Amino acid sequence: MMRVFCIAEHRFGELNPLSIELLNLANTIKGEGSSEAVVIGKDVGKFATELSKFADKVWKIEDENLEYYNPELYNDVLMQLFGKEKPDVVLIGHTSQGTEFGPYLAAKLNAPLATDVVGVDVTDGLKVSRFMFQGKIMVDVKLKSLPCVLTVRQGVFKEGVEVNGEIVDSGISPSREASRKFVKYLEPEVGEVDISQADIIVAVGRGIEDASNIELAEELAGLLGGVVAGSRPVIDNGWLPKDRQVGISGKTVKPKFYLALGISGAFQHVMGMKDSELIIAINKDPEAPIFGVAHYGAVADLFDVVPELIEKLKEAKG
Amino acid sequence: MNIIVLAKHAPDPESEINIASDGKNVDQAGLVYDINDWDRYAIEEAIRIKEEKGGEVVVVGVGSNCDDTLRKCLAMGADRAIKIPVDVTLDAFQVAEVIKEAIKDEKFDLILAGYMSQDVNNSQVGVLLAAMLDLPFATAITSIKIENGKITATRELEGGYQEEIELPVPCLLTVQSGINEPRYVSIMGIKRAKTKEMREVTLTPSMSTLEIEKMYFPPVKKAEMLEGDPAKIAEKIIEILKDRGLV
Repeated sequence: MMRVFCIAEHRFGELNPLSIELLNLANTIKGEGSSEAVVIGKDVGKFATELSKFADKVWKIEDENLEYYNPELYNDVLMQLFGKEKPDVVLIGHTSQGTEFGPYLAAKLNAPLATDVVGVDVTDGLKVSRFMFQGKIMVDVKLKSLPCVLTVRQGVFKEGVEVNGEIVDSGISPSREASRKFVKYLEPEVGEVDISQADIIVAVGRGIEDASNIELAEELAGLLGGVVAGSRPVIDNGWLPKDRQVGISGKTVKPKFYLALGISGAFQHVMGMKDSELIIAINKDPEAPIFGVAHYGAVADLFDVVPELIEKLKEAKG
Repeated sequence: MNIIVLAKHAPDPESEINIASDGKNVDQAGLVYDINDWDRYAIEEAIRIKEEKGGEVVVVGVGSNCDDTLRKCLAMGADRAIKIPVDVTLDAFQVAEVIKEAIKDEKFDLILAGYMSQDVNNSQVGVLLAAMLDLPFATAITSIKIENGKITATRELEGGYQEEIELPVPCLLTVQSGINEPRYVSIMGIKRAKTKEMREVTLTPSMSTLEIEKMYFPPVKKAEMLEGDPAKIAEKIIEILKDRGLV
């Protein structure tokens, strides 16, 4: 029997669907206990209503100064709440917000912490499953005491049942001013091509090795009537502009055909392309996680296969 | 600006990864270690700030085998290094705890770390240290500007968005990959690094709150594999595309 608290996330007036996934997980592990959502912001009534469908209880923490996410203030109000309402498990999304305030909260609660969790087992204490090495290895870890804090990967706990709980006004507001200030949001960079609108994408990863090799992908994309995109390392190295990045921190694409060249398939990338209608992956590493999401795969050097593809497409076109 | 940088000596996820015979660890054979990729960006950022503002860059490493990474940071331009020969697999609390102790007499304006490690992918140590030191902090930083003792930074959100924030010093920032273009180590740098101080601090972390039960290869649904030489593979790909009316 556990009290499982889920910290909801919202931005630009929208609730992150991961907040509901946290509640789905809470409802499966709570036993005779409760799933309790916490929603923090300036005006969170709408979110509280959405959350209450899947939560036994929703705690609203509303204040003028909570309009924008701030990890110091989130921690401040959550520590006030958890001073009175004792959690057994705190679930937080493994997002840009959750990876920031989650570990901080765990330290302040002096609670064991596991991040990027994809499985939770409560049959004998509390055990989590998570990946390491960018998806290549999985590890089961026991957390030796409660309360504990878990940040949870998106897209794993999508199935759930409605429990239709109550909404409670916590009456909590920040007890201090934050030393860190929100200034403004910056819009995504816009380039000449919107890859999210393309039917065919030739995507390159670290395996493309150098900026000068992008041409090869461009030529293939041209013959296929598609566009070139890239995974994080390609963008980090400046081989392609930021607006060509596929993944959680870039764009989500669903083309008719996604060709992954030399992309290992880290989760951050996969979340941005897994719903493509046809995925073919070429990678030298037979253990590359990309083969777990691709429909067809070939263990080969892209520099051997791509020239063959180009030649054959040229032949076909006459 | 005196800056402390946390740098992990970590196995490359692209190297050969096997499970050790105890089923609870990664087999060390086949692993290729280097500075954690995110920390490479952190040390570069620290050196750039120092070059502009002056001050000192101190790099801190945890692990009995971390010398190569500390030397690399010294060769890139860090002034001195602190090595904490404690070996931790997973528990970031233990790592943050020993770092806190090792830097307790350091005067710093900024602590920089990588957003995550390339092996464990926890995204924890930096933030835990900020909590233990009660420092203002921010993660996944994509740019840093320092003016009049105040930091203006941008941090990465989802979907290509970023947020701009302001922080006072001292504070702790974890940097996202791609924030800069890390320099290569020069021969001169390597020579100079030999004369720089590397101090070893012996510490014992408290008991871990985590216990690894099992390490294994994840069960994955595998793609249908296309066999043959490159020409054959290309041919099969074109057949698939033709069947779907894509060429």
